Parts: sequence; C-alpha cells; structure tokens
Amino acid sequence: MSPEVLLRCDALTVAYGANIALENVTVHIRRGEFVGIVGPSGSGKTSLLRALTGTVRATRGSVELASGVRLGYVPQVESVDWNFPITVREVLAMTRTRRRWPTITDDERAEAAAVLADLGLAGLEDRHIRELSGGQQQRVFVARAMFARPDVLVLDEPTSGVDVRTRHEILHLLRDLHSKGSTILLTTHDLNGLASHLPRLVCLNREVVADGSPRETLIPEVLERTYGAPLHVLEHGGMPIVLDHDYESSESLRDAERSLSQGRGAPS
Amino acid sequence: MTVALDILAPYDFAFFQRGMVAATLAGALCGVLGVFVVLRGMSYIGHGLSHAVFGGAAASAVMSINFFVGAGIWGIVSGVLIGRIARQKILGADAAIGIVTTASFAGGIALLNRYGQARKSIEAVLFGSVLGVSWVDIIAITSVAVAVFVVVLLAYRKLLYATFDPQVAAVSGERVAFIEVMLMVMLSVTILVTMRVIGTLLISALLVIPAATARMITNSFARMLMLSPVFGAVSCLVGMNLSYHLDTSAGATIILVSAAGFTATYLLAGRRARQRVASLHHI
Repeated sequence: MSPEVLLRCDALTVAYGANIALENVTVHIRRGEFVGIVGPSGSGKTSLLRALTGTVRATRGSVELASGVRLGYVPQVESVDWNFPITVREVLAMTRTRRRWPTITDDERAEAAAVLADLGLAGLEDRHIRELSGGQQQRVFVARAMFARPDVLVLDEPTSGVDVRTRHEILHLLRDLHSKGSTILLTTHDLNGLASHLPRLVCLNREVVADGSPRETLIPEVLERTYGAPLHVLEHGGMPIVLDHDYESSESLRDAERSLSQGRGAPS
Repeated sequence: MTVALDILAPYDFAFFQRGMVAATLAGALCGVLGVFVVLRGMSYIGHGLSHAVFGGAAASAVMSINFFVGAGIWGIVSGVLIGRIARQKILGADAAIGIVTTASFAGGIALLNRYGQARKSIEAVLFGSVLGVSWVDIIAITSVAVAVFVVVLLAYRKLLYATFDPQVAAVSGERVAFIEVMLMVMLSVTILVTMRVIGTLLISALLVIPAATARMITNSFARMLMLSPVFGAVSCLVGMNLSYHLDTSAGATIILVSAAGFTATYLLAGRRARQRVASLHHI
C-alpha cells in the first residue's frame, strides 16, 4: 500500500482576473516524499505553493490537506525583514500562539534548544537574526517550521539568493530531515545545485509538464517544454547536469563534458 | 527648597494634575501601539488616521452626537477601510491612506466652516488641550489603555507573528486579516481618546518617536514593547512640567522632549544602534 497522501490538488486552476497562473494541475504529496517543483519565472510555482498552503483560492479544481496535517512554511530569505528586532529564540516561540502569555516557558526553551541543536544552531538562541551567517539564517527559519511540529515542510526557493556554501548546507540539512522521516515540498530555480539531487521533481509551466525522478524529468524534451528553450543535459556521476548556456556547437558541448569529467563541475 | 517648591507648583492646580495623568497615560498608550506602527511601516497610517478622526470629530460636533461615538465610529471605519484597500491592492497603501484621510479631514473642515465654530474647534482638535482635560477624558484614556495593554499581552505572539511574517502566519492558520483589523481598531480608538489631549498633529509623533528610540536601544521585540511606553510616558511627564515652567504649548513641548530623547539616544548610541533605526525605512 502506498503511503497516505498528505497534501493534494486535483485539476487545479488558479487565475488572477484574466491571467491564468495554473491550469488543470494535479499533484499529490505522500508522507515521506521529498518533492521539488521546478519551472521558469512566471510558470506558476509560487501560485501552486500558495494554493497548496491555502493563501490563494482555487479558481477551479480542489486543494485538500489530509485531516490533522500541519504545514511548516519556510519563506524565501529575501522576503524576511532582517532588521526586525527579534532573537532566534523569539522567532521559534512566536509559532506557539496558543500560549497567550508573552514569556517563553522552560519547556519551550528546552524544546527550542533541542530543535536548534538538531540543525546545528546550538548556542545561538539569544542572537539577533541579522548576526547569523546566510546558512544559519535559512536554518533558523527551517527550525521555526520544525518547532511547530509540521507534517509537511514547505520551502519557497530555499536556495534563492544564497552563496554556494550555503546552498550545500541547505541541501545537506534537507536531506538529513528527509532521512529522518520529514515530508518536504519545495520550489526552486536551481536545477543543478538542488533539483537534480531530489528524488521527485514536478516540472511546471502553467500546467504539469512532467512528474518523476530527475532522470525522467531533467531531459531535453521535458526541459524545452518547461522552459520554452532548448537546454542540453549531460550526465556526471549518474546525475543529470543541465547546461543553461547556448551550447550550439558540438565542440562546446565536448568542452563542457571534459570539464565535468575532470571534476570541475558544470561550466558557469 | 524654593526650587523644589517651584517644581511642584503646577501640582497645586487640579487641571494640571488631570492633564498630567491623561498625558502620561496617552504617552504610554501611544508608545505600545507605536511599536507596531513603526515595525509595520505604518507611520503614515498613524498620521493619516489622526486626520481622518478629525473628520468624525467635526461631524459629531455639528450633529450634536457624543464626540467619542461619532469620531470613534468614523475613525474605526476609516482605519478598517484603509487596511482593506491596501491589503486588496485596490490602491497602493500610500494612495489609500492619502485619499481616505485627507478627504475625511477636508470634510471635517468644510462641516465646521459651514455649520460650526470652525476656528475654535479646529484648533482644539489639531493641537489638543491638555490643560482642559476632564475626568471623562481620563476615564476614556484609562479604559482604552487597559484594554490595549490586555489585548497586546494576551495576543502577544499572534501580534508578533502577524507583524514579523504575515505570510507564514497565514499559512500556519493565524487569522492575519483579523489581527490587522484589531490593530487598526486599537489605533483608531487610541487616536480618538488622545486627540483632545495632545492634538491630531502631534499624535503621529508620539506614535513614532518613543518606538524608534526604543528600537535603537534593543534588538528584542519584547524589550522594545516594554521600553517604548516608558519613553512615551516619561516624555509626556517631563514635557508637561516643562510646558508649565516655560509657558509653552503642552503638546508641542511633549513632542520636543520626545524628539530630544531620540536625538540624545542617537548621538550617544553606537554605530550599530544608529543602523537599527536607519533600517526603519518607513519613518
């Protein structure tokens, strides 16, 4: 028996006036899955995430969250007000809104410390969020989502606007959380740095172009339909590498392949 | 001994005692709500709402309706309307505030010109009359202050969540729109009960300056929420006493004391503190 579906949309259409952002989209997220939604700007990734999290209404179709399922949402770091007067502990505690009193209880302190330690943030509880490194900042917001004990962790472009080192940290962190049983859904622009490492990808361009493993979805035919432009794909260490340059000549492609085989990574 | 007697001289007058109580409470009240005003970039809303309430005050005077009822309903409707227009992106927030509040203000002036004792009424509402405070005013300010402090205390985490990260708060099931309406109502009612004390022109300053001063001193939301009302209350206390001895307008002196506190903190605080207040883009 396949794991239960925690979050689903069926034949979902989202329109803003005459502008159709999503059309007839069906995606099911099962317990324990790690799913990435990829697509170009304007492909409807954000609209899909908003519809799934209930902040945008479906124009047609349905969105359903299984009974009792809680979502933990991690916003883009670029949308966070880093100058807001708030410490790491306060960021976590604000999610426990059932407690009316402002003070943080000893239990909450202990639980926050445990979640932060799990994510490699031990001892940073009293630091202001601006005083953290890029990777630590992203992890604080993952920690906040985890502190709310979610069934599904939803991340909006977790590697947008971060450096390479931070991107690696985030990927490792998410893999670690997934291996411990978390269900994760994210959107990303980052095909090589993040998407190709995920077990399942949904390629979106207003509608679902493909849904499957990176080997099934990161192929030239699917990518052309998703991005509206020809993209080349090479394989390195069993993983697809998408070249977003104009590799028209076979000579350029061979250079890129040589570069990969010598372990220098995808040419930038 | 003589100096001490001189300092205490205004307290011989009952009107000064009432004014002092009202102003200090108003300062603390504006200080609490000012934290949300400043951190949400709503400084212009505070300014605009105080003008909008003026329209309601004028209408209630002309129609012989109780000031608190007429101006209160007007202010709350204006506040909620501004919030809704801005949230639904019917207009930009600045345009929505500008149109609703200036139209309300202009309507108030027109009503007073046509039917009322325009000059006297306008001056009383614009600049306040801290020395003409009645027990009714004190009861109104005290009631609103207690209600606001209780709401902020009990809804602290919801208010913080919706202020810091409204999108995520909404995803997490918080009724962000309701929380915003609640804030606008608290702000409107606060402006309503304090406008006769410090005046509409000066209310926005009391909503912004103590909170901005507190922001320079602390990096914690909780501490900012504790410091800002203290700064607001102390500014009013010192300002009231100075205004008596210098024979200056009480409202203006309160704001000047508050601004002096801000300036002193800015000059004495380190570079980091100055950066914190510089990050409050909307002031």
